[in-house]
Amino acid sequence: MGTYRDACNSGNFVVSGEIGPPKGTNVETMLHHIDMLKDKVSGLNVTDNQSAVMRLGSLAVSGEIVRRGGDPIFQTTCRDRNRLGLQSDLLSAAFLGITNVLCLTGDHPVVGDHKQAKGVFDFDSVHLIQCCKKMNAGADWEGNQLDGGTDFFVGAVVTPESDPLEPQMYKFARKVEAGADFFQTQAVYDMDNFQRFMEQAREITAGANVKIMAGLVVLTGLGMAKYMNRAVPGIFVPDSLLEELGTVPKEEAVHKGIEIAARHIRFLRDNKVCDGVHIMAIGKEEIVPEILQLAGVTG
Amino acid sequence: MIISTKKPFEEILEDLEGDTNIVILGCGECATATRTGGPPEVAEMKASLEEHGKKVVFTEIVHTGCHELDVKRILRQNRETVDTADAFLVLSCGAGTQACRAATDKHVVPGCDPLFLGNIQRSMDFMEKCSHCGACVIDDYGAICPITRCAKGLVNGPCGGTSHGKCEVDPEMDCAWVLIHNQLKKEGREDKRTMLHGPKDWNVIRHPAAVVDRGADKQKMGSEV
Repeated sequence: MGTYRDACNSGNFVVSGEIGPPKGTNVETMLHHIDMLKDKVSGLNVTDNQSAVMRLGSLAVSGEIVRRGGDPIFQTTCRDRNRLGLQSDLLSAAFLGITNVLCLTGDHPVVGDHKQAKGVFDFDSVHLIQCCKKMNAGADWEGNQLDGGTDFFVGAVVTPESDPLEPQMYKFARKVEAGADFFQTQAVYDMDNFQRFMEQAREITAGANVKIMAGLVVLTGLGMAKYMNRAVPGIFVPDSLLEELGTVPKEEAVHKGIEIAARHIRFLRDNKVCDGVHIMAIGKEEIVPEILQLAGVTG
Repeated sequence: MIISTKKPFEEILEDLEGDTNIVILGCGECATATRTGGPPEVAEMKASLEEHGKKVVFTEIVHTGCHELDVKRILRQNRETVDTADAFLVLSCGAGTQACRAATDKHVVPGCDPLFLGNIQRSMDFMEKCSHCGACVIDDYGAICPITRCAKGLVNGPCGGTSHGKCEVDPEMDCAWVLIHNQLKKEGREDKRTMLHGPKDWNVIRHPAAVVDRGADKQKMGSEV
């Protein structure tokens, strides 16, 4: 498989997956997931202390994906490092052969497992995008020349179900203005809402070469879907899906979730709603190949 | 107004272990308003310490607890009594406690936990709206400070944690970005919403900060030239 950047620029429907590094040094399962997915998707996100829970680092795992012949999308948040640390890690990423960077704010430490930690947030995600672009132009944030620049393909995130949506769209516009090459959205489940979001987003990105991938998190049961609605900011699972999940016995719920995800992928691709999808399996990586097969997006 | 809360009494007793004669200082300004170091709290602390075998040799509500000259004057005027003290317990913010530090070389113990610079919304209802960042930027944000009122201090818009107008850190707390956008709309200053803001200069003020009414600071302080 070629690079994520090539896939995004090809005009074809792009599919990426996600790797969640373990809490510890036992990487056996994670390496299995990397090997299982690296040739089935165009890019593999690596989460950065996701949900503010301390884990093996996204930089090291992204480097390992490069070594194994996959194309990582290095997630990096503004929560744990100031502008010195972020830029140093970006140079380290370039050194390791990583080209895709996904710039995030990061969840607040109080939602994670080190609740007393100081959140840094020296840069915000918009600054981080600008910073990658500056480094691509051969200089650091302060304008000091780099001895050897970078060639990052710079990504960002947006939450289509954010309520209210307006402030979120203004921030989306700032990220586009800062030079983001691609976006991966927070998980979306309501295809009508998402189409309306895409209309607004396309107005903002008009004239710029910006790719937008719909985020998909597989629903593994009615309980999970209800939890997402109740507890996860920016996620909305419509009643029709709750009912659909409710019609099957518990042991078949995962399969129903796979079916729904594959249906959404086909819908988004066939109707050219967006440029691709980003599948977040969150511990259920084993089911990703089945989703891809059902959706008919890759081998 | 500096908002503080009372330290647990057990913690204070632990800090005062080995000290018998105690001076208690309160503060006539913020700690009085927050009911953590005013006359009733100082009297209550005196009674509690005496119940636990301490001898309270002197109490005073300093008019402005962080005014070092005020604290020094009070201790000087009562030198005979305060010289018998083993320790000074200060019911005020950390500035007040350290004003006491500047006035004596004896054991100084904080009786309160200082929390934040707070607006008084109504009696005993305080909210942090300014964090003294050194360079006020709020005109771009409808006079609502994102550095202070966004839990992450973001300057270009909300994060993905905003939910139904509330913050991911505390579902009771308003998302500052929803307030900012609504306010700018009300004012008809929509253009401010499309501004791209650079990161803050965190070294505008270097900590510990000091301003002295002389030299380059003189004009900024608004004093007579």
